[in-house]
Order: sequence, then C-alpha cells, then structure tokens
Amino acid sequence: MNLITPEFGLIFWQTIVLLVLIFLMAKFAWKPILSAVKKREDSINGALDAAEKARLEMENLKASNEKLLAEARAERDNMLKEARSIKDKMIAEATEDAQEKANKILTNAQQSIEAEKKAALAEVKNEVATLSLEIAQKVVMKELASKEDQMKLVNNMLEDVKLN
Amino acid sequence: MRAITSKSFICLAITLVLFPFLGFSNGEKTISEAEKEFNPTDMIMHHIGDAHGWHFMGSGDNSVTLPLPVILYTDSGLVTFMSSEFHHDIEGKHIVEKNGMRFVNFHEDIYQLNEGETAVKFNEAHYPINASKPLDFSITKNVAAMLLTVIVMLLFFFKLARFHKKNDRAPAGLNNVLESLVLFVRDEIAIPQIGKKKYAKFMPFLLTVFFFIWITNLLGLLPGAANVTGNISVTVALGLFTFIIILINGNKDYWKHILWMPGVPTPVRLILAPIELIGMFIKPIALMIRLFANITAGHIIILSLLGLIFILESAGVAGISVPFALFITILELLVAFLQAFIFTMLSALFIGMAVAEHEHH
Repeated sequence: MNLITPEFGLIFWQTIVLLVLIFLMAKFAWKPILSAVKKREDSINGALDAAEKARLEMENLKASNEKLLAEARAERDNMLKEARSIKDKMIAEATEDAQEKANKILTNAQQSIEAEKKAALAEVKNEVATLSLEIAQKVVMKELASKEDQMKLVNNMLEDVKLN
Repeated sequence: MRAITSKSFICLAITLVLFPFLGFSNGEKTISEAEKEFNPTDMIMHHIGDAHGWHFMGSGDNSVTLPLPVILYTDSGLVTFMSSEFHHDIEGKHIVEKNGMRFVNFHEDIYQLNEGETAVKFNEAHYPINASKPLDFSITKNVAAMLLTVIVMLLFFFKLARFHKKNDRAPAGLNNVLESLVLFVRDEIAIPQIGKKKYAKFMPFLLTVFFFIWITNLLGLLPGAANVTGNISVTVALGLFTFIIILINGNKDYWKHILWMPGVPTPVRLILAPIELIGMFIKPIALMIRLFANITAGHIIILSLLGLIFILESAGVAGISVPFALFITILELLVAFLQAFIFTMLSALFIGMAVAEHEHH
C-alpha cells in the first residue's frame, strides 16, 4: 500500500462512514445540543436583560424617591416659613389690637373719670352752695335779727361794693 | 532554580548511566545478526500504512493480531474472508483460495492470481506480473479505527444530547468539555467564517468533521492504533466532502467570481478564469494534503526516534529517544487539535466564500 496513492476502498468506506455519521450526529446529537445551548443562551441573555431593566428601574425609583424627598423637604420649609410669617403677623395684629383696646379703655377710663370728677365737683358745688345758703340764711337770720344789724350789713356790703 | 538544577542533574545521570551500554551492545550482536536485519523504513511504513489485520505485537505466527474481514469485488462477484487466512504473510507467498480464485497479500495489497497460476512471479522491480488487483472494499485497520471513532463520538455526544433533553442547566465534567468545543466550533469557526445568517446549515458537517478528525487524531496517538487521518485516502474523502458542499452551495456570485470576474477588463478576466478554476480544486486538495502530511509526519518522527533504539541496537539510546518521543507525542496532542481546527476552519472559510453575498461593485 503506497503512502501517497489513494485507495478506492478506503475512500469508499470513509465516505460512507462520514455520511452516516453526519446524518446520525445531525439528527440525534447536534440538533438537540445546539438547540439546548441556544435556549440556555437566550435564557441567560433574558435574565441579564431583566437584571439590567430591574437595575434601571431601581435607579429610576431611587431618583424619583429623592425627588419626592426634596419636594417634601421644600414644602416643609415653605410651610414653616409661612407659619412663621403667619405667627409674626398674628402677634403683630394682636399687639396692635391690644394696644388699641388698651388705649380705648384708657380713654374711656379717663373720660369717665373726668365725668365723675365733674359730677362730683358739681355735686360738691351744689352741696357747698346749699350749705352756704343755709349757713348764710342762718347767719343772715341771726345777723339780721335787729334792724341796726340789717343796716350795718347793708352798709358793709355797700362799702365792699365800693371797694370793688 | 533549585528544582531546575536537580531536574537537569537527573537527566544527566540517566544519560551517563545508560550511555555505556552503547559500547557493550556491540559485543552481544550474535543473536540479532542471525535474525533479519532491522529495516527502519519498512517498520515505519508498516506502522503508518493501512493493513488488512490490526496488528498489536509480536511477529509471524506468534503475533497478536485482530483479524479483519477482507471484502473483494472480483470479476465473478464479491469474495469475503478473514484477514487471518493470510497467516500474517505480506510477501505474497501464502495463497488463499476462494471460489476457485487465488489471492495473496503483497505488502497489504491484495492480488488475484491470474487463471492457472499457483505462485506470484515478480519482475525486476519486484512487482507482481501474473496477478491483478481486484477492487478492495476490505474492512482494513483504518476502517476499523474509523468505526471506533464513530462509536466514541456516538457515545459521547448522544450522552450530551440526552443530558440536554433532561434539563436546561449547564453540563458538568466531560459533557461540559464537549459542549465548550461545540460552542468553539460554532462561535470561533462557523459564525466568523460563514456569517450569522447562513452558518446553521453547515454546522452538522463542520461539527462532525471537527470531532471526527480530532478524536481520530487522538486515538491514532495510542500505541498500536491506526494512522487514519494520516492516510491520503481518508483525507481525500474528507476534502471531497468540502469540495462537494462548496459546489452544491456556491451561489451565483461565487461562480461569477470564478468564471467572469466582475469589475475587471475583459483580457484580465480571461487570465483570471483559469486561475480561479484551478484554485477551486487546489483548495480542497490543500486541505487533504495538509491533514495527511501533518499527521503522518508526526507519526514518522515518533517512530524514527523510537527506531533509533533498534538502528543503534542499544537500550541506552532509549534514555534519549524515549523522552524525545514523549515530547513529540505531547506536541502531537496539540497538533491533533490544531489540524482538526485548521481543517474545519478552512472548510468553513471556503464554504463562507462560496455562499457570501457580495455587494455589487
């Protein structure tokens, strides 16, 4: 058997063997193996895609959470600021009100005091007048019990008038 | 550093201990001189060539040989008998008579003696003159080894396929190795060379050829194994498969580029056509010669190194040639894979060229 001379028998057998082998392997080995590998690759890729998607979603969620938090914080700050201003305003208003009321009360008090004072003075005056008149009546009555007394008085009075 | 020094020391020691035998052996030549002179070329050719029986050890009637069926297609029909009927004779001396026809095995070629002849006659060139060669469809050593590869492949890959039928998980152990190689053929050979759109159609061929060549190469490295992929007939058949697949699947663009190259002036076309036409045949021929030559060369180197022991007739040479042969054998493990890869790769490349869709220039 020469080294470099092809033998027909061996070529024949190799061809038959390879044909049968390709047929058998294609049908019973390569097809199931390749399809299983493909299926697994697809599932791995799918899982990776899903993981990536979940990661992105998580990131989105985190971002929106942070946004929400910032918004809430801003709102709280706003509310605090508003409350503070309302408080200041209320205090100012109350103070003003109180001042006004106090002033009013004070004025009223002063007015009533003044009135009372006037009334009291008037009464005192009346009282004094009445008392004076009674005293004067009594005095006059006593003074003017005699004629000469009456004349003396008139004279005195007249003298006073001249003095004035 | 210390490990290396101690290793080289051991090597040196072995060499020094074994080399003196070179000198002594000359004195003990008496027995071997009586026997037939050792012929390294015959030994190597016997080992790398095909045979009608699977010879393991020993010689003559003491040899351990697996007899294989001899199937001959003669002028008067099929003749079959076991190779053991030749009684290990390859000198054309032992004549087997079947159906009134006489056959001899002359250097593993089966000759049918002409009518009435009872012994082979040779001319000066030591070529039989009174016998003809019938068509030989014998299950030779190479065919048997081929069938062994088939059995190994069917066992391994049917197991992997069964595993995949049962579950979707990634396989472990041997299944994992085989699956990785399947993926290697798909992702590194088929898809890059043929393209994602068309590769699937050629996967069965590429995978089968890759694993057939690889496993056959590996089995061929075992002691006593056949040199299947280093046989030109086997590689011719493999190359023919690639060639026929290219012929069947070659598209219009492919033929146009061979016969009437577009985009060049007519005189150049006339020059290019025969070159491309020859190239069409050279591609598969290069495939078959590359595989044949690489595997055969590896076997010849190993056999030559081991043959040195018998040429120099000294066991001491084994100290040198056995480590060398071991080194080459390990190298051959790599070559076994590499040649399977290259054959499949180039087949895929040629198929890819034949099915490629060109953009119009």
